[in-house]
Amino acid sequence: MNWEVIGIWLGAVLTLMLYSFLYRDNPFYKFAEHLFVGMSAAYWVIYSIYNVLKPNFWDELTGAGDGTPDYLMIIPGVFGLFMLARLIPRIAGLSRLALAMIVGTGAGLSLVSTLQTNCLSQIEGTIVPLTGSGTMGFINNLIIVVGVVCGLVYFFFSKPHDGITGKAAGAGITVLMVAFGASFGYTVMARVSLLIGQAQFLLFDWLPTMGINL
Amino acid sequence: MRLFLPLLVTFLCGILMILHFFVPHRPISTLGDGLTEWYMIVASAAIFLGSANLIQVHVHRISTKARNWQYSPVVLGGFAAMMVAGLVWGLEENRPFDYMFQNMVVPMGATMFSLLAFFVASAAFRAFRASNWRATLLLTSAFIVMLGRVPLGGLIWKRIPEISEWMMQVPNMAGQRAVMIGAALGVVSTSLRMIFGIERSYLGGTD
Amino acid sequence: MRKLLEKLDKVDRRIIYLLMALSVFLPLALRLNYPIPVGSGPSRDLFDTIDSLPAGSVVLMSYDYDPSTMPELQPMAVALTQHLFSRGHRILAMAFWPQGASLSQEALTAVGDSLGAVQYRDWVNLGYTVGAGVSIVRMGSSIRAVYPQDRDGTPCDSIPMLRHVQNLRDIDLVICLSAGDPGIHAWVMMAHDRFGVPVGGGCTAVSAPEFYTYLGTGQMVGLLGGLKGAADYETMVREGRENTPAGLATPGMAAQSIAHLVIMGFIVIGNITYLILHRRGRGEAR
Repeated sequence: MNWEVIGIWLGAVLTLMLYSFLYRDNPFYKFAEHLFVGMSAAYWVIYSIYNVLKPNFWDELTGAGDGTPDYLMIIPGVFGLFMLARLIPRIAGLSRLALAMIVGTGAGLSLVSTLQTNCLSQIEGTIVPLTGSGTMGFINNLIIVVGVVCGLVYFFFSKPHDGITGKAAGAGITVLMVAFGASFGYTVMARVSLLIGQAQFLLFDWLPTMGINL
Repeated sequence: MRLFLPLLVTFLCGILMILHFFVPHRPISTLGDGLTEWYMIVASAAIFLGSANLIQVHVHRISTKARNWQYSPVVLGGFAAMMVAGLVWGLEENRPFDYMFQNMVVPMGATMFSLLAFFVASAAFRAFRASNWRATLLLTSAFIVMLGRVPLGGLIWKRIPEISEWMMQVPNMAGQRAVMIGAALGVVSTSLRMIFGIERSYLGGTD
Repeated sequence: MRKLLEKLDKVDRRIIYLLMALSVFLPLALRLNYPIPVGSGPSRDLFDTIDSLPAGSVVLMSYDYDPSTMPELQPMAVALTQHLFSRGHRILAMAFWPQGASLSQEALTAVGDSLGAVQYRDWVNLGYTVGAGVSIVRMGSSIRAVYPQDRDGTPCDSIPMLRHVQNLRDIDLVICLSAGDPGIHAWVMMAHDRFGVPVGGGCTAVSAPEFYTYLGTGQMVGLLGGLKGAADYETMVREGRENTPAGLATPGMAAQSIAHLVIMGFIVIGNITYLILHRRGRGEAR
């Protein structure tokens, strides 16, 4: 037995332990579930140390990267420690400063970017000619324009959905239902794909280690 | 007063990022670039906070013999093993850290989420009801997409993949775009409320 | 008939699970295979975009996923890497999901070794970073500010491939393989809309419908959606190059077909029992 085969067996045993949940909740499932949580958390920490904190913080602060120490890096270092202060109830309030920095930066960035990408560009994409691209083009563009406008009317709750607003909202929900149906179809596809991946692992990686070649 | 400094930090960071978008020149660009670099360090600390919290919770569960405490040593053991492997032997391929990732974390992660296929099947049988014409429309749309995205759909009727693609590119896009524009307006208003200190719930918690 | 429907209505969930498992395992074990026709659409658009890039172009691939979505996205990563290397392009890999850093290394070394692509000359794996949109904005002015070194700790200044790659404007195409957030949204917002770099991508089937909005506006050049997108790409990569090894997505499409039919069958049977037993029951009660 070499390390590769041991690795495949480790993976297969853990896979089967997790699948045992389908019969009912049991200690094997719980064991694998807890092991997964612990290992995943440590993986995240290790990568943060090696790929972010060492090169972007420690090497910059000490000058290990380009030879010139950047003492301004003390500031994000202190903010980082503030974040960890949340673990100590007496000084947990300090973590607000770190959170404020994260939230403020994120809010400022997403305000302009989201407005540009997900709002203005989408409105621009909806301003399409209703003529000039054949019957099918006309129908498609009409569905897009009416669908987007009516969909937005459906999300507008400041006015009661009756009369013409109600009719528009009704058309909007109809278009949304088609979109949600498509999303549902794709969701089924995604879930099945994940099962296929693990089935391939068991059938074509694990079984051959026992001499069973399908 | 205890909220003044955090609100000021939020305001300054938010305004700086907005200015950074519109004014790509010094000194705004230098300040904005500096802030993005600092952001990465502080955001990394959040990962340590999460992990420290995980350890704290499970040590507490063991010490109080809480329900299912027997599995907490498994969490801590898995965490310790991965940490030691990473810190001692590094991240490179064919080292213990990479070996444990490929042979334990990968199959467990993939299996955990593949369980959803079974739950979707069960929900399909018990929950997806064509109870009115709009629900029927949703299911019809789902059926067309499900058939159109697999080779069998084209074998049943060669137009099914085309109809499915049309549905994605026209009615689906219209619906998704309405949702996207609506959500974007929500993000913009929430961001403004945060930057100007009207929305403060994220600062809640212990003093 | 009614008794049968009543039995069906109360069927144990484990029977449903068993049928689901059989619908996936049997087609795979029997090696069922259906041809995968690739028509025009977002998969073809991405393939054509890569084909039209001049040889030696630098393509940034962001591996924003983890093992939970690997069955869908890893076949895309492998097929895209095969295509890029076979066209003589260079790959700059990175990840906003920590586990993506290891999965990218696996794809790059496996495909790179088979096609003779050399690390640091044809590809570099920068590894993981935090921050998503914020980091992309910083990369717009300096990639080294976010990644002073690669995944293995080699300083970027000493990597030959990165000599002329300073910021995002030196990148010819961004391809984001995304399992959620952070992912394609951040790349379209920052790389495309802010710095004008073309963005293509692959995503899990769950999130594919929402990205059609970006395709419609031209904010994305192409998209691979789920296992079907991966199988499409594998098929296109193999067109005219039959010696290219078959990927993982194509053999899975037969199982996908059968599983979809089974789930559709569940929905139909579930609705029939609902209509006959419950609706009628409610009507009688009235």
